[in-house]
Amino acid sequence: MSSVYSEIILDYYRHPRNKGTLDDPQISAKDSNPLCGDIIEMQLELDKNSNVSDVRFNGQGCAISQASASMLTELVKGKKLDEVRNISKEEILSLIGGQLSAVRLKCALLSLKVLKIGVYSYLGAASTSKEDLSEL
Amino acid sequence: MQRHAQVYPTKRTSGYDVERVRADFPILKREINGRPLVYLDNAATSQKPVQVIEALDRFYNQYNANVYRGVYRISEEATVAYEDARRKIAHLINARDPSEIIFVRGTTEAINLAAHSWGRSNIGLGDSIMLTEMEHHSNIVPWQQLAREKGASLKYVGISEEGQLLRQDVHQHLEEGRVKLFAVTHVSNVLGTINPIRELAREAHKYGCKVLVDGAQSVPHMPIDVQDLDCDFLAFSGHKMCGPTGIGVLYGKRELLQTMEPYQSGGEMIREVHLYEATFKDPPFKFEAGTTDIAGAIGLGAAVDYLSKLDLRNVRDHDREITKYVLEALGRVKGLKVYGPTDPETRGGVVSFNLADVHAHDMASMLDEDGIAVRSGHHCAQPLMERLGVAATTRASVYLYNTEDEIDLLVGSVERAGRVFKI
Repeated sequence: MSSVYSEIILDYYRHPRNKGTLDDPQISAKDSNPLCGDIIEMQLELDKNSNVSDVRFNGQGCAISQASASMLTELVKGKKLDEVRNISKEEILSLIGGQLSAVRLKCALLSLKVLKIGVYSYLGAASTSKEDLSEL
Repeated sequence: MQRHAQVYPTKRTSGYDVERVRADFPILKREINGRPLVYLDNAATSQKPVQVIEALDRFYNQYNANVYRGVYRISEEATVAYEDARRKIAHLINARDPSEIIFVRGTTEAINLAAHSWGRSNIGLGDSIMLTEMEHHSNIVPWQQLAREKGASLKYVGISEEGQLLRQDVHQHLEEGRVKLFAVTHVSNVLGTINPIRELAREAHKYGCKVLVDGAQSVPHMPIDVQDLDCDFLAFSGHKMCGPTGIGVLYGKRELLQTMEPYQSGGEMIREVHLYEATFKDPPFKFEAGTTDIAGAIGLGAAVDYLSKLDLRNVRDHDREITKYVLEALGRVKGLKVYGPTDPETRGGVVSFNLADVHAHDMASMLDEDGIAVRSGHHCAQPLMERLGVAATTRASVYLYNTEDEIDLLVGSVERAGRVFKI
């Protein structure tokens, strides 16, 4: 079994990319995992073509939740909002690598859940997706 | 009658052979990721010896029947085994009479029973219930609900930096008057602190305040004498003391139980039922509505036999020795903080810790990679976590089958986590 605590995860945890807040984000969402106390906030700034021009995450919690949030920010930067909306949990898990127990999956996917909450509430009625966020 | 002259005797390790004890627990032969399972989550639930597993097996294979009502042979056998279990538990905690032992699902249901039945009749508008900052949610939430329903208030006893109850808080709250109940844990499930129940009960009783003790973490680990402690209620779970899940006990002083209204009503707890009214049996049957967990009670009886044969004084001595070893070994790890009392004499085998800024869930996941089972999180004690100023801790909790070798594996794995996280 390969450990989830790879050098890469630890590097993102110790030296998070895109951590902080934006001055004027169009999209902002926050959620927590009450079981662990993990908290993640995601902020996105969009250009006039609805591409993600800048992104930040903020939060506290375990290495898995914080590193995956940081990795996710790199993944969404420069993407179209539609592409962001369609990021799958498998993409996140392959970025993380290693094996996760069911309980720790919640940590790994918290940032994606927060991101999607933000995107869906921004798209509002325009959204036709019926994706169930409770799956995350 | 006092069976235990000394509740916590100082030294008594003769005849305790941990390897023989381990041989009784089939699960300890399991391997996780190619390594032996090191089970250190005993505060959550204990493992079961073959003697308990076989008692359950015998019941279902040979005399499974409902109790009391059947006039046939196997029903009689089941009734005798069920009531024997009650007697064994009464003997274990030195209750005056087996009728003071009510079978429930576990500690949580035991406390809920006391809150619903005794609490509703005895706590009213303007009264107070005294709790402590180190209670498990199961000894907080039922009292919050009751206080809200009755217009009563809650008063909390604080803790010192080392995790001991502040006795002056107890005194001050009692002096303020109208404290009807002190609900307090015997051993903290996070800090391991052993609270001085006998002294606390003596003080509370001077003010006419009843005392309910959460014994979930004490009854499995040390000799308990309810007459010596003089608590009014004692709640505990079978599954933390080598018994099955789904069975637990509320002990209550007989004179209190006799005045209490039923908790649940229905079959088996009645004397006579008419269309518009019913009369109830005497305790404990009045509080055991419906078909109870007969197998669970019989299994718990077997667990009590097992613990009695080992002798709980030996179990306590073993716990204390291992706890001392854990505290010393973890104490040598750079950047590691242990919560709770430092003296093994004043604490049980529950050891919560954090290593620098490593999150408890990361720690527990890393230990799991090495086959070591510990708990991480808030341990159903969020007010205590807040008091300690942490989101979570990692908790290792020992029991009668744990060895110093296992603690070495734990510490080695904690140190590995430290290296990975570059502490």
